[in-house]
Amino acid sequence: MELLINRVFDGLSNGATYALLAMALVMIFKATTLINFAQGEFAMFGGFIVMVLVLEQGLPVWIGVIVGMILSAVLAAVIERTLIRPFDPADHLPLVIITLGLFLAINAIAGIVWRFDPRAFPEMFPSGNVFTYGNASLSWYTVGTMVTIAVVAGGLTLLLNKTKIGLAFRAVSSNLESSELVGIRVGPTLQFGWAIAAAVGTLGVAVFVASPVRQLEPQVMVTGLIFAVSAAALGGLDSLGGAIAGGLAIGLVQSIVVPYLGVPSELSLFAAVAVLMLVLLFKPAGLFGTAAVERV
Amino acid sequence: MNATDNVMLDVKGLRGGYGAIQVLHGLDFHVMEGEIVVILGANGAGKTTTLRAISGMIERTGAITVAGEAVGSAKAPDIVRKGVAHVPQGRGTLPELSVEDNLRVGAFIRKDDEVDSDMDQWFEAYPVLRERKNQRAGSLSGGEQQMLAVARALMSRPRLLLLDEPSLGLAPIIVSDLFERFAEINKETGTTMLVVEQNAQLALGIAARGYVLESGEIFTEGPADELIDDDAIRKAYLGI
Repeated sequence: MELLINRVFDGLSNGATYALLAMALVMIFKATTLINFAQGEFAMFGGFIVMVLVLEQGLPVWIGVIVGMILSAVLAAVIERTLIRPFDPADHLPLVIITLGLFLAINAIAGIVWRFDPRAFPEMFPSGNVFTYGNASLSWYTVGTMVTIAVVAGGLTLLLNKTKIGLAFRAVSSNLESSELVGIRVGPTLQFGWAIAAAVGTLGVAVFVASPVRQLEPQVMVTGLIFAVSAAALGGLDSLGGAIAGGLAIGLVQSIVVPYLGVPSELSLFAAVAVLMLVLLFKPAGLFGTAAVERV
Repeated sequence: MNATDNVMLDVKGLRGGYGAIQVLHGLDFHVMEGEIVVILGANGAGKTTTLRAISGMIERTGAITVAGEAVGSAKAPDIVRKGVAHVPQGRGTLPELSVEDNLRVGAFIRKDDEVDSDMDQWFEAYPVLRERKNQRAGSLSGGEQQMLAVARALMSRPRLLLLDEPSLGLAPIIVSDLFERFAEINKETGTTMLVVEQNAQLALGIAARGYVLESGEIFTEGPADELIDDDAIRKAYLGI
C-alpha cells in the first residue's frame, strides 16, 4: 500500500514534466497541426541556460528559471522566423523533417557546449516531505510540480482567452484564411505560439531535473519527448487540459502499471507508445480533443 | 441607394489566378461610394477570384484603388486596414471560436473603444447571436453563420464590403431575408458593397449596377434593372 502511494506520487511528478512538454506541443499543434519533434530538445537547451544562469552566474533559482524561459522563447522565435516560416505551413513533410533536423542539431550543440556528462541542477522546491505515513511520503517536490502545472495551465488559459494576441492565436488555430481577412498577421502570431511553447518546455525540463534524484544532460528529453507526444495525443493534441490529464496518466502508467505488470523497465518507453497506439486506434481525437468542426 | 460621386473601388487591368493558371484576363470595373454592385457569371467565370484578388488573398497584377488610395501589392492583413472587408465563400466564420469571439476578432484592427457597443448592436439586431454568444460559431445554422460572417466583417467598420455568394447552400426564404438585410445595412451605414452571386434575380434586386463575367473577362455591364430585362443575359446567365 505504501509502495503504491509512493508510486502514485512518483508518477504524478514525472507526469508533470510530460504534461508541461505536452502543453508546449499542444500550443504549436493547435495553430499548425504540426508536432514539433524538437520541442524536447528546445526544452533541454533551455534547461542548460537555466543551469548556467543559476549555477555559473549566481542568479536566484526562480529568477534564473524565468530568464531562461524568456531566452528560450526568443531563441524559438528566431528559429521559427528563419527555419519554419519560409516553408508552406500546409505541407507538413518538409516541416517535420526540419523539426527532426533541429532535434539532432540542438542535441549535438548542447553536447559540444556542455558535454554529455550529467550535471547537477539547482533545486527549485524545498527539500523534504510534506507528510510521511509509514514508508509512504509526499515530498515538497511532488507538490511543487503539481502547483507548477496548475499555474502554467492557468496562465496559458488567461493568455489565450483574455488578451488580443491570444484571440489572434485562437483565430489562426481555427481558420487561417478568415484570420488574414480580419487583419491578423499569421506569421508573427504563430511565432508567438513557438515562443510560448519553448518557455513552457524549458520550465518542464527545469522542474524535471530539479528533482534531487535527477541530473541535467543533453539526452534528458530524448525519451521524455516520446512520453510527451503520447500524453498530448491521449489528451487530444489541441486541448491544454487534455495535455495535463494525458501527461499525468502517462506518468502513472509508467510508475504503477509497468512495475505491477512486471514489464521490464527497458520496455516502459514502449508502454507509452502502446498507450499512444490504443488512443489513435479507438479514440483518434483523444480524450479531450475536439473532433474537427465541419466547415461547409 | 445613397451613392455619391466618389469612386470607392476602382479596378483597372486586373489579372490574377492560382499559380500558373490565370483566371482573370484584365478586368476594368468600379464601385461608387455607397453603391451596391453585383458581379454575375457562370461557375468558373472568375467571380470568386476577382474578390480574392481585391482582398489580397492571391497574387495579382493591375491597379486597384480604394477610396482614391492605390492598394499596390498589399496583402490581405493590410488591405483590411485600408477599409476592405471580405466575407469569403462558405461562411468565413471561425468555427471553433465562440460567437462573441468571432465578433471581437472582426474588430481586430480597431483601436477605438466602441467595439463593445458595436457588438451590442449586433446582439440587438440578432438576438440569436446574443443567446448563443458563448457557443461555438460552428454550431450555428447555415443562415446564422452567414449573418455572423457578415457581422464579423462589418465589425472592422469597413468602407467596402465584399460578399462572395452569400446565398450558397441556404434555404430560399433565408436568402431573401439575408439580401433584405444587406439592403438595410447599406442604407443605414452607407457601406459600399460588391456582391458576387449566382442568384442573379435576388442580387440585381438590391444592386444599382451589375457586371457579367465570362471566362475571366467582363462580358457586359449595366444598371441592374436593364440587366434584369436583357433577354440574352436572362437566357445565358440568369437562368430565368
